[in-house]
Amino acid sequence: MITIDNLSKKYRSTVAVDHVSFTAKEGRVTGFLGPNGAGKSTSMRMMVGLTKPTTGTATIAGRRFADLPNPGLEVGVMLDASAQHAGRTGREILTIAQQTMGVPARRVDEMLDLVSLTATEAERRVGNYSLGMRQRLGIATALIGNPGVLILDEPANGLDPAGIRWMRDLLRDFADRGGTVLLSSHLLSEVEIIADDIVMIGAGRIVAEGSKADLLRGVGSLVGTADLGALRRALHAAGHDTSVSTDGTVSTDAEPAVVGQLALAAGVPLTHLRTAEGGLEDRFLELTADTARERTAA
Amino acid sequence: MTATALTHVREEHQARLAPVPLARVVRVELRKMFNTRSGFWLMASMVILGVLATIATVLFAPDEQLTHNTFAKAIGFPMTILLPIIAILSITGEWSQRTGLTTFTLVPHRRRVILAKTISSVIVGIAAMLVALVVGVLGNVAGTAIAGTDLVWDVSVAEFGTIIIGSLLCLLTGTMLGLLFRSTPVALVTYFVITLVLPTIFGILASNAPDFADVRPWVDAELARSFLFEGPPVGEQWAQVATTAGLWLALPALLGLRFVMRSEVK
Repeated sequence: MITIDNLSKKYRSTVAVDHVSFTAKEGRVTGFLGPNGAGKSTSMRMMVGLTKPTTGTATIAGRRFADLPNPGLEVGVMLDASAQHAGRTGREILTIAQQTMGVPARRVDEMLDLVSLTATEAERRVGNYSLGMRQRLGIATALIGNPGVLILDEPANGLDPAGIRWMRDLLRDFADRGGTVLLSSHLLSEVEIIADDIVMIGAGRIVAEGSKADLLRGVGSLVGTADLGALRRALHAAGHDTSVSTDGTVSTDAEPAVVGQLALAAGVPLTHLRTAEGGLEDRFLELTADTARERTAA
Repeated sequence: MTATALTHVREEHQARLAPVPLARVVRVELRKMFNTRSGFWLMASMVILGVLATIATVLFAPDEQLTHNTFAKAIGFPMTILLPIIAILSITGEWSQRTGLTTFTLVPHRRRVILAKTISSVIVGIAAMLVALVVGVLGNVAGTAIAGTDLVWDVSVAEFGTIIIGSLLCLLTGTMLGLLFRSTPVALVTYFVITLVLPTIFGILASNAPDFADVRPWVDAELARSFLFEGPPVGEQWAQVATTAGLWLALPALLGLRFVMRSEVK
């Protein structure tokens, strides 16, 4: 378990992280979501002792990172897959980690296998790796000590869709065996695919927090039907608002179960019915739009 | 596959969560000096230059100067230039190549990592000196045989000892610059300024201001170090070596260590 308590980082005039508190639980994949510059990486660096916090603490299973006797065996960390010596081979990078942690040398080959890097690729220098290969190598480095906790900054960055799926399965499996995963991303779609819990951060502050199911629930439905008028009448009669988008999809504040019941009662055939996931997305877009970059562009 | 690779070692080492021993960090840091392309060629070039210097001495030195001392000096010179660069890269690489993100999370005690780096640099330095000694012996034997002159062994154990100390002071200057700047180009440029430009300025000052000539051995680290290379220092020369080392090495190294402890690793 990772416990973040009142963590802040202030640089001269700017506040990068502003009194952030949350926990990443065992058996769950926690997605740390926020636009670029929201303070995700700074928070993660503070968790592993690379940056000194202005206030607050970060503990892993109750202990500060610096108090872990052999951190690699307890916490797998990947903060930037590109932060590797370009002139070193992938295998050497894994060997350095393996030797520092003091785990058996065969772990190097096991990890290469796990992240699907071939023997030939492992002998190549990292300067020639694609971002996706670096991410895989970074994951291998994080996992080589067989830790119970993973802290990964933008692990899906640079992965193709198949790679993202592979990452999801790997992390799912890790969490299912009782592991704790904290990963950051600036893409809602990535976090939606991979995470169980979501901590959304903007301008250094937490703006939303909870399980993915909670955050996505209760924001209404998107409904398709050939008989728009009848569906809307049925919904309005039950006291729900509706609106119709240009492609003919009806959005309503009623939950899918309610819409289904009403449609059945009114005898309206539906072509599709699903949860409107716009709630989290809208908040996320609002947050993104708030950054100076977007404002000056608009 | 996924499941087995991730689970079967867990029980094995979960029981022995001993702190990472310093000796292990030193071994890893030594490995890191050799396992990059630049690191490998730096080490290789030291040996290559040593052999070239020996051959050049055999070919060009006057016969009467074909002594062990001549060979030792010829081989030692390129080494005193390259050793500090190796020491600099060992430190600055963590920042300029950003490997510090991994290094300082696997061993979250920066002082320990820096100590390990210093120890591994010193090990490389001493090993290089021993290689130089052996190459020098071979060169001397071969050179005098070719020239038909008598074998002259004029490097005493004491002299070799002070040469090692002098070389290590050069090398540690590199470590200090690495700590102070944590940037390869800045550290390298500063290194050449303080080894090439500064002594020249001191020399000009000394020849123009006779008063300074007396003070110079106490502030000019290059001059003080030359006492170590030119045979064992005598009397107050030891004190001058110590003073300049304190001024140009220990003090800035402490300041650099402070920067390293405080700096944010990104």
